Amino acid sequence: MTTPTVTEEERRGSAPAALRRSLRAGLQQFLAFASLLVIFVFFSIVSPNFFNYGNVTNILFSTVVIGTLALGTTFVIITGGIDLSVGTGMALCAVISGVLIVDLGVPMPLGVLGAILFGGLIGLVNGLNVAVLGLPPFIATLAMMMVAAGLALVLSNSAPIYFDQTPSYIDISIGSIIPGTDFPNAVLILALAAVVAGVLLNKSVLGRYTYSIGSNEEATALSGIDVRRWKILIYTFAGLFTGLAGVMISARLGSAQPATGLGYELEAIAAVVVGGTSLSGGKGSILGTVIGALIISVINNGLQIMLIPQEWQDVILGCVILLAVYADRARKRAT
Amino acid sequence: MSEPLLLEARGVGKSFPGVRALQDMHLDLRRGEVLALVGENGAGKSTLMKLLSGIYTPDEGEFFLHGEPLRVTGPRDALQQGISIIHQEFNLMPDLTVAQNIFIGREPRAGRVFLGERALDARAAELLDRLHLPLHPRERVGDLTVAKQQMVEIAKALSYDPRVLIMDEPTAALNDAEVRVLHDLIRRFRSPDTGVIYISHRMDELKAITDRITVIRDGRYVDTLDTAGTTTPEVIARMVGREIAGDAGPEGVRAGRETVLSVQGLSTKALLRDVSFELREGEILGFAGLMGAGRTEVARALVGADPVESGTVTLRGKPVRLTSPAEAAKHRIGYLSEDRKHLGLLLEQDVTANVVLSSIRERFQSFGFVRAKAMRARSEELVDKLRIRTPSVDQTTKFLSGGNQQKVVIAKWLVKDCDVLIFDEPTRGIDVGAKEEIYRLLNDLATEGKSIIMISSELPEVLRMSHRVLVMSEGRVTGELDAAEATQESVMHYATMRPETEAVS
Repeated sequence: MTTPTVTEEERRGSAPAALRRSLRAGLQQFLAFASLLVIFVFFSIVSPNFFNYGNVTNILFSTVVIGTLALGTTFVIITGGIDLSVGTGMALCAVISGVLIVDLGVPMPLGVLGAILFGGLIGLVNGLNVAVLGLPPFIATLAMMMVAAGLALVLSNSAPIYFDQTPSYIDISIGSIIPGTDFPNAVLILALAAVVAGVLLNKSVLGRYTYSIGSNEEATALSGIDVRRWKILIYTFAGLFTGLAGVMISARLGSAQPATGLGYELEAIAAVVVGGTSLSGGKGSILGTVIGALIISVINNGLQIMLIPQEWQDVILGCVILLAVYADRARKRAT
Repeated sequence: MSEPLLLEARGVGKSFPGVRALQDMHLDLRRGEVLALVGENGAGKSTLMKLLSGIYTPDEGEFFLHGEPLRVTGPRDALQQGISIIHQEFNLMPDLTVAQNIFIGREPRAGRVFLGERALDARAAELLDRLHLPLHPRERVGDLTVAKQQMVEIAKALSYDPRVLIMDEPTAALNDAEVRVLHDLIRRFRSPDTGVIYISHRMDELKAITDRITVIRDGRYVDTLDTAGTTTPEVIARMVGREIAGDAGPEGVRAGRETVLSVQGLSTKALLRDVSFELREGEILGFAGLMGAGRTEVARALVGADPVESGTVTLRGKPVRLTSPAEAAKHRIGYLSEDRKHLGLLLEQDVTANVVLSSIRERFQSFGFVRAKAMRARSEELVDKLRIRTPSVDQTTKFLSGGNQQKVVIAKWLVKDCDVLIFDEPTRGIDVGAKEEIYRLLNDLATEGKSIIMISSELPEVLRMSHRVLVMSEGRVTGELDAAEATQESVMHYATMRPETEAVS
């Protein structure tokens, strides 16, 4: 009988280390939240118009579109992929919603459902291209980004579709179901979507496999998991959020704007990355993404209130994203 | 006093954490000779190569070139001092031309900035002509056959006008005719000022091209023999001549048991040719062979991880088509990869996530949601059963030792309740104590009735654990031995057999 010897690795991985690591994981969420708080306090101090009910509601409201897109993008990025099609895909879904409800007279709830499912269809095509044809996600979704941008213009004859005749559609976003307030429904819908995404990512089989594929796709496949099938499902699921974002943005604007959308995908990716999700896959959280989206819209809003010109706002936001990701990397290297 | 040796190693040693890769190594290469260097996998050949190319520096001992102490600071320095090494794996850029590959890093310039493509091609043409190589400087390397790519490597190595040429398994991918071309090239290179170290396992080739054979084993020098005056069994005996580690043989007799898995005529485009074997219930079937013999490829083709050209798989009498690892897992066949870190584990995830990975859908979910408590409980049970040393099941697997990581992978397949388990190098990179535990575990699994294929490059391990041994060489099965017949000598005999030139037993 040989006596098992305790190796160096095991000593390093002993109980205090495990404790330190779980603290560290909590710390990451905490740090993201703390930086959000710091930015928030900063703007509250420098601008008297920043911290009040109206403006905070405004910030939350302006987070809705990017936040919704970022939720779906989080899943894709955790698998180690990327989705560039969510911005123009969102515009296409908005147009689909307009065509269904305004042009074809489909009942409003069915139109909304149709737009969301159409987002799922976009995701399905992305998933098939990535998982079955084996295209790199960057290329597959770049192509989809162009296709969606074009289709949105084709289906709308390059003109906005107005929802004037269906005020109930507009209320999806700017109406309020909380009696006696003007708190927009859109924020509640984002919160609900985030909870659904969070529960699925953490508690469902789909979520488990999302992390597994991102951690080590080949090991996951060799473990007997049908990686192709799950990737298709994950992209499809992420696409539903694109559809939802299409509904939210068109309800908020009161119209489906076919030429918008480009650039939203990059802001969504920025929100995910600022929220601590790793672009190399395997790591990330919905809470992080929500915080990341909030950080971006707080900065946008605060700079606007400080009357900083739009051009400089972009410069500053870009620098903040660099700083956030750099800080995240530096912290990971240190541990 | 005779002329100094061309290259000499005296008492060279090199250690890595936990391993003495080389100790007290001797080697002498005379002027104008071709010296064979032979030894089993892991005997220390590649460590020696890396010392000579300056990738490692020796802990002790010295090298001498022409009687002068030799210190090599890196691959470039080695080339400048006259030592060219052709590694088994090609270092070629497939999208560049032959000429660009040969002179990479030494491109003639036109002016300070621009490359002199014409001068480059002219120099390459001159070199290829001098070496009698049928290559064109402007051909894209990626379009060439493996044999021609090998020629590019040789041209590149010889373009440095080396005094010592070292070739690591240069014929592994070549057919007989191509081997002859290579040997002609070596004969032309050989001159009173130069020498060749030729690493190979093919005994017939050693006879054809080498003057002397140096045998090393377990990082030590064993003997040097005159090729002309020695026989293949003599060389093999020196290669394997160590005692079998441990004493316990395989437990029980499996001769009369039911056949669980039967593979007939398995072939792949890449390597495998007509591989057939049967696996019985409760049996440990060892797969032996040298590096590149195709053992891992059999496992991967069997579970559907790599495409199969032809062949049938029968499971308990029923033909099955295993087109993906998912399909194989459904039929309760699990493959534990040799490359634990890249193909076996989710290193960044905790023990539980890894242990349940294969079985989440059938055991740990309800309505699409995972049952975290059940997963945790099962994971803790397995940690106890396999004695996985980890502070908790929440530990990230990358912090576990190699042996414990291996046990986590085994646990994954036990949770899946597989009938057939294919272990590829189950004890690679793990310490002696943990090895014994893995052996015990394999024996226990076989006793429980699981059927096990064990692929291993450590011959003593194969001999000790297997009820039967299947020996492969160059993508074919060259021998099948019962535990009683299997000895180091008999296995090495089949493992070094060239299937084209000798009859399959």
